[in-house]
Amino acid sequence: MSGNHCIAEAAIRAGCRCYFGYPITPQNELGEYMAMNMRKNGGVFLQSESETAAINMVIGAASTGARVMTSSSSPGVSLKQEGLSFLSGFEFPAVIVNMMRGGPGLGNIAPAQGDYFQSTRGGGHGDYRTPVLAPASVQELADLTVKAFDLADKYRTPILLVGDGMMGQMKEPVVFPEPVTNLPVKPWALKGRGDGPSRYQASLILDGLEMERHNWKLVRKYKEIAEQETLFELYMMDDAEFAVVAYGTTARIAKGAIKRARKDGLKVGLIRPITLFPFPDKILQKVAQKIKNFLVFEMSTGQMVEDVRLALEDERVVIDFHGRPGGIIPTPIEFSRVIHRYYRRM
Amino acid sequence: MELINKWPEYHKKDVVSHYCPGCGHGIVHRIVAELLEEMDLGKKAYLVCPAGCAVLAYNYFDFDVIESAHGRGTAIATGAKRANPKLFVISYQGDGDLSAIGTAETIHSANRGENICVVFINNAVYGMTGGQMAPTSLIGQSTTTSPAGRNSEVDGYPLHITDIVAQFPGVVYAERVSVSSPAGVKKTKKAIRNAFETQQEGLGYSIVEVLSPCPTNWKMDPVKSCKWIDEEMVKEYKPGLLTDKREEKRKEKG
Repeated sequence: MSGNHCIAEAAIRAGCRCYFGYPITPQNELGEYMAMNMRKNGGVFLQSESETAAINMVIGAASTGARVMTSSSSPGVSLKQEGLSFLSGFEFPAVIVNMMRGGPGLGNIAPAQGDYFQSTRGGGHGDYRTPVLAPASVQELADLTVKAFDLADKYRTPILLVGDGMMGQMKEPVVFPEPVTNLPVKPWALKGRGDGPSRYQASLILDGLEMERHNWKLVRKYKEIAEQETLFELYMMDDAEFAVVAYGTTARIAKGAIKRARKDGLKVGLIRPITLFPFPDKILQKVAQKIKNFLVFEMSTGQMVEDVRLALEDERVVIDFHGRPGGIIPTPIEFSRVIHRYYRRM
Repeated sequence: MELINKWPEYHKKDVVSHYCPGCGHGIVHRIVAELLEEMDLGKKAYLVCPAGCAVLAYNYFDFDVIESAHGRGTAIATGAKRANPKLFVISYQGDGDLSAIGTAETIHSANRGENICVVFINNAVYGMTGGQMAPTSLIGQSTTTSPAGRNSEVDGYPLHITDIVAQFPGVVYAERVSVSSPAGVKKTKKAIRNAFETQQEGLGYSIVEVLSPCPTNWKMDPVKSCKWIDEEMVKEYKPGLLTDKREEKRKEKG
């Protein structure tokens, strides 16, 4: 199954009953799969007039307690930032997929990782963050899509799932989880007051002290997510003397490069962040007790490398970077040459 | 003796209004609350309030309310109604909200014939931000961003968005009314009742444009403001029924 179809199927199995989206390459197959299957199962599929409208429809559906998803690619996700800020202010759960492409501007439709800052730093206006999941295989796309809905509901926050054109288009075998049957109860959802008291949902907090309290409340939530939900993978790290750090598509390519380098006798391993926010800084700090040389691979001009530097600012380590922005997909041969170059300098 | 002027169940009591003296919002809020009670819709009501003066409408309404980003009211209303069709969904919006920044959302929710009601307050200015020119401002109208009066050569012309959407097959009921006089208030209530019935029967989109005074930003007293609506605003925005397709929709539905 292709990555884009896999996300859609996993979302339906996770109990997502509403999808709102606007066409943009390279994630169109996701919306098309939803159009084929959502209404058939009694759910909502709506092709909106814009990404801005789609994310606001997400807000409306999320406010009623429904599990809801939208998907897009870089320029479209920029348009959704208004809604992401509101979802975070409201504390509404929702899942937003970004199949990143080359940029800035229209850029191109090839795989890229240039939206790391936008994804992990909040992206829209105001003091908030969104947890970001970055799968690196079709199976992980399925598993993390389900996890994204669970996290969104557990912490009442929008969750970003980021991939790129390669993740969306590639086909791999996948085992889907059983459909979720008992969805969490959401007492805060607006369902009409019935015989109870009326409720309202607002992100407007005119009182400065109250707004500040809300900001710190969000920070406590993000800290809890960091403590409970940080995910990463270690690959060939047991005896490694040199660590590569990469996520998503780049991590897959890095694994190929590491296999080649190992054949040449280089003791190199991979740290793959699966959650980009919260960033797995503790494992980096732990590794830094033993390994002093880190090499960051990205399909960007260098964004995650800043988080690696922040995580290791108190350690005496060397952090190098190799990036290919603009939709260029590096090869394992290219990466293994780069590994050789920095490994020799160690 | 029967008490006929009682406090509406779905309007909070003992709250101090933040609206300026002579503002039309309070009248329309009361009409909405009264109708929800009279039509037994308050328990399942879900109202989207806009960015603008009415963003604080939840201080007065005693049913479920959500706030919206500027212009996105009908997108949020669409999401809520689609996710839970049992809700009675109202989008309460102003002229800057609905006919400037939210034009796309307005046009497309109307064109999809979403089964929602839009209450559109037209006071020909941006109220909350301090009286800037709106797409609905009249030619010659002086505002903080058209101090010499709106000039069509540089500012364009007043936008008649309700007339535009009234042409769409999915827009079942559209009417323009005014709350500048007791008779106008009665007509407003009747029009909003018709709009509510449209959604209640599942017939589609309804919109009621209410010409509403903004004395503070018009720099007039409340009496003069009402007079300005009756003498000037109605020349540009003629009150009356713009479309009523309820009968044909009922027949379509069988």
